Amino acid sequence: MFKSLKLFELGRIVIAIVIALALAMVIIFFNSDMPGEALKSFLLGPLDSLRHIGNVLELMIPLIFCGLSVSIMFSAAQFNLGAEGGFFFGAIGASFLAVNWNLPPVIHPFIAILWGGAIGAVFCGIPGLLKIKWGASELVSSLMFNYIAFFFGLYLINYFLRDVNAGAMVSYPFGETAKLIKLIPKTKVHFGIFIAILMIFLSAVFIFRTRWGYRIRVIGKNIAFAEYSGINTANTILLSQLVGGFIAGMGGAVEVLGLYRRFTWQSLPGYGWTGVIVAILARNNPLYVPVAAFFLAYLSIGADIMSRQTDVPNEFVAIIQGVIIILVAAEAFLARQRHKLVVKEAMA
Amino acid sequence: MNQILSTILNAEFGYSVLRVTTPILFATLGALISDKAGVINIALEGIMLISALTGVIFSAISGSAWFGLLMAVIFGGFVALALGYFSLNLKTDIILAGVALNMIASGGTIFVLYLVAGDKGISASLASQVLPKINIPLLKSIPVLGPIFSGHNVLTYMAFLMVFVVWFFLYKTPIGLRIRAVGENENAADSVGISVVKIRYTALVLSGMMAGFGGAYMSMGYVSWFSRDMTAGRGFIALAAEAMGGATPVGGMLTSLLFGFFDALSNSLQILKIPYEFVSMLPYVVVVIGLVIYTIRKTEQAKRIQERAAMNVSEEIAALSAGSSGEKS
Repeated sequence: MFKSLKLFELGRIVIAIVIALALAMVIIFFNSDMPGEALKSFLLGPLDSLRHIGNVLELMIPLIFCGLSVSIMFSAAQFNLGAEGGFFFGAIGASFLAVNWNLPPVIHPFIAILWGGAIGAVFCGIPGLLKIKWGASELVSSLMFNYIAFFFGLYLINYFLRDVNAGAMVSYPFGETAKLIKLIPKTKVHFGIFIAILMIFLSAVFIFRTRWGYRIRVIGKNIAFAEYSGINTANTILLSQLVGGFIAGMGGAVEVLGLYRRFTWQSLPGYGWTGVIVAILARNNPLYVPVAAFFLAYLSIGADIMSRQTDVPNEFVAIIQGVIIILVAAEAFLARQRHKLVVKEAMA
Repeated sequence: MNQILSTILNAEFGYSVLRVTTPILFATLGALISDKAGVINIALEGIMLISALTGVIFSAISGSAWFGLLMAVIFGGFVALALGYFSLNLKTDIILAGVALNMIASGGTIFVLYLVAGDKGISASLASQVLPKINIPLLKSIPVLGPIFSGHNVLTYMAFLMVFVVWFFLYKTPIGLRIRAVGENENAADSVGISVVKIRYTALVLSGMMAGFGGAYMSMGYVSWFSRDMTAGRGFIALAAEAMGGATPVGGMLTSLLFGFFDALSNSLQILKIPYEFVSMLPYVVVVIGLVIYTIRKTEQAKRIQERAAMNVSEEIAALSAGSSGEKS
């Protein structure tokens, strides 16, 4: 019975995606002078060269980190949207160590990534702490903290790390030892992809195979039940936010050390928000996160290629992503069909 | 410190507080109406953004700022209607639906802006209109008060007028009563024949229209153009302001003014030698602090009420047992 329901869930997600893609086609057809070409570069562009395949893999890395982060925070039914700020702040923390410290190769990025993770953990932990201590809405406070992270991060970069000779507002160059190695020639795919894969497994083990993960899931399903069965809900909620924040911060650190020579961001990168979509598509299951991350990275790179080669701006991807979230998260979407299936299974 | 004081203690600063409070106040009232019906409208941020662009486009097409405002408000209502459909009919979690709508608004406005203005950043190439400023005859010639309260955009006056309108609507009309009933206890409301879904739709649409006013003000009053992500979290700040204001119109107005004060302060402190990043952070930090203080006070209040109730109960039990033991003897 469970198996066919799971299949149905998958089918439901596929149908949601198909509807969103159909909408994308309608948008392209109405707005482009060369719809055929635009559509082709949108759907097949990411596969047409090694460089474009590389782009998809590069983009998957931050999306996996943010997707895992949001999955773990949402698993405890906490709407902490701080992954965005945690990612940004983790990147800044790692930049400081990458510029200022001198360490042997492998150890340097290792320390910098852990440091980025620790900063991310503190960052996402604060809204969690405010929630368990006083019941302040983690949704509102984490949204505010994202703006605070942004301005405070820019302050740190501009006043302590800024390279005045560089012309633009960028940091000093990172030490060579801090950078993550590139894996595939002609692309920017870096070692971070292995770290991302490692984190997928660690997150899955944490959520499904440890007592803490179990407690987090119980709280997410029914907090009153968790309370009555003797789980320390406050501490467990805080733990889930710390772990989620740690992964987001790691993601930011991996991103800057893998792709950049200096810290150059002048706005929030937005991966934390995409991470929310990844988590929803993956149903908060770490093992499905890479699949969702691949899909969203593919969409986004396809749109980039299309906007470069044709006259359609790539921002329309946000519209498609929004529609996918709404349909996938909609309990009533195809509920009648699901109900029929349940009845049929029960009769059989 | 003196410099800060002299910036605050002048009429110009007072004027700018009201100016920056306006969009937050509209959004706060929007948050209030939907909250009273028991739904969280986190899409306020995106609705404001969409309405800001709508106002610019339609005022440029028609040459009339008022038509732009009308369309902005209507679009605001429509987006909220969509949010209602997703959450009430399709049963999407309303927070996720709100996140999705905000995402669509952020990307979609840039997409549309590029199509109509040929630019992804700012609507400078559109000849959009600005809503008029109003000089209040007698008031404007009074020193200090005149420069603070006169000469504002028409929507600024409307925002403060709306505080009264929303109060009247929620507390003095039958539909307001129904909205509050649904928010207090939807099952009880349902049992006396109120259609919960219909009431929530109404509240959401009204809340979207409020955000529509706020968005129109952003692009046709606060400044005279649309730029990408120009709402900069004001919709989110409004959610905090509404909560801190104790979910009342006047309370929401006071907290909006508080945030407006710090927003204006951050604008005028940029001249001083404080790093601008710190100054820009200020309003958001104040929101978090305010939210925490508010929730601490609320939990303590709840505790006190509970303790008092517990005490009453134990007294009653004591009285009862005293009574029954009296009967025995």
